[in-house]
Amino acid sequence: MARLVLILAAALAAWSAAAAAGPDAARQKELLYMLKHDCGSCHGMTLKGGLGPALLPENLRDRADEDLHESIVNGHPGTAMPPWGPLLGPGEARWLVTILRQGAGQGGGTQ
Amino acid sequence: MTSRWKALLVTLVLSLACAGGAGAAEPMVRGTGDLGIVIERAAGTVLVVDTTARAILSRVEGLGDLSHASAVFSRDERYAYVFGRDGGLTKVDILSGKVVKRVVQSGNSIGGAISQDGRLVAVSNYKPGGVKIFDAGTLDLVADIPADYGAGDPSKVVGLVDAPGHKFVFSLWDGGEIWMVDMTDPNSPVTTKFEDIGIQPYDALISGDGRYYIAGLFGEDGMALLDLWHPEAGVKRVLDGYGRGEQKLPVYKMPHLEGWAIADGHAFVPAVGRHEVLVISLGTWQEVARIPVHGQPVFVMARPDGRQVWVNFALPANDTVQVIDVPSRRIVKTLTPGKGVLHMEFTPRGEEVWVSVRDRDKIIVYDTARIEPVTELPADKPSGIFFTARAHRIGL
Repeated sequence: MARLVLILAAALAAWSAAAAAGPDAARQKELLYMLKHDCGSCHGMTLKGGLGPALLPENLRDRADEDLHESIVNGHPGTAMPPWGPLLGPGEARWLVTILRQGAGQGGGTQ
Repeated sequence: MTSRWKALLVTLVLSLACAGGAGAAEPMVRGTGDLGIVIERAAGTVLVVDTTARAILSRVEGLGDLSHASAVFSRDERYAYVFGRDGGLTKVDILSGKVVKRVVQSGNSIGGAISQDGRLVAVSNYKPGGVKIFDAGTLDLVADIPADYGAGDPSKVVGLVDAPGHKFVFSLWDGGEIWMVDMTDPNSPVTTKFEDIGIQPYDALISGDGRYYIAGLFGEDGMALLDLWHPEAGVKRVLDGYGRGEQKLPVYKMPHLEGWAIADGHAFVPAVGRHEVLVISLGTWQEVARIPVHGQPVFVMARPDGRQVWVNFALPANDTVQVIDVPSRRIVKTLTPGKGVLHMEFTPRGEEVWVSVRDRDKIIVYDTARIEPVTELPADKPSGIFFTARAHRIGL
């Protein structure tokens, strides 16, 4: 089951990357790893929340893509959310928004 | 050798192997003072390790989400209480390598502490924010202390430690307060609150003698100090505005504070958002030095004898460990264990240190005198390493 989810997640990732002309497959793997382990140090490895809020699709429903993109790239001054822009390449924050919307960060990613 | 003898030998070897296999289920007859656990954060498992043999004894499964986890030990050093991200509190028998009891006591927790007498285990929670206190034997709930500070949801709680006098002390991330709970009578906890201690305390440490509780602040430059010998004197600000006028760097991982960081009459603490370790004189609480380091420090840990301080770092410098010589306050060695160095733990008297390297799926054991690797052990995305010697240290 977990394998199927992984394959589906990977397929979705590949599809959305093609759509958005985002990061290549190797970099996607790195970004998913970062999402799980580094974003996960505050938002939880399964993105159910921690010091930072939960980032599951249902938690993000009311947030616009642009808004999420802004949060990732520039962070939230006055909170613990740092700007991730300096660690991301062009189009990568946008790809992460897509992935978060799909819930691909939860339990998926790369182990 | 006759075939008959061969058969006998095979039987003997097999029965020995079976006895060895059963050893993981039946409690071993041995001491536990040189044992410990390693959190495998992605798999939700812990390894029971032997620091004398430098070996893995067993793997314990079923501890839930351990993406942020820590542990304390019973004072007989047989049981580990593991605090998981999913609010799970799990009591592990390290001799049998089994989960004895597990309760999911909140939606989201961050850490815990064990009381002076070893009878109570306290857990600090993010959601709902507060502290819950359990019977260490049964894990039955003894006290529930929501961190209500008069504004909206209860505050997330950080920096929970035990203190002498059957106390627990902790800080309110959202509330900017320090609370001290006296559990002398477990049925009627007495809470003393210290308000306006600073913006966003992110973690705290208590000195090894149990006297000074120091919370680090994320929302401003400085730390909040409570002298538990004189709580009536209130909380005092130390290192106030240590980085005034300097541009802070983005913080990709919250620093941690632990009681280990006190050496040679000084506290060595991470500077938030800076590539520096700050050195504060105990007693006067003045900054006496800033040691430039490779990245933003996460753990700043003194070897038990206080002669060295080992430092690991936040992303993007989390592949490195630096060793500071305490008397000269100079970096004497820079190690590159690999990406994702998450934690370090010294053996009880500090001749070796175990370092978890998440992205390489291994633990590297270093000799601290030569500062050279001794051996490596495989582990699945290892994070926190906790040795049983913590059982007898205040605040750990």
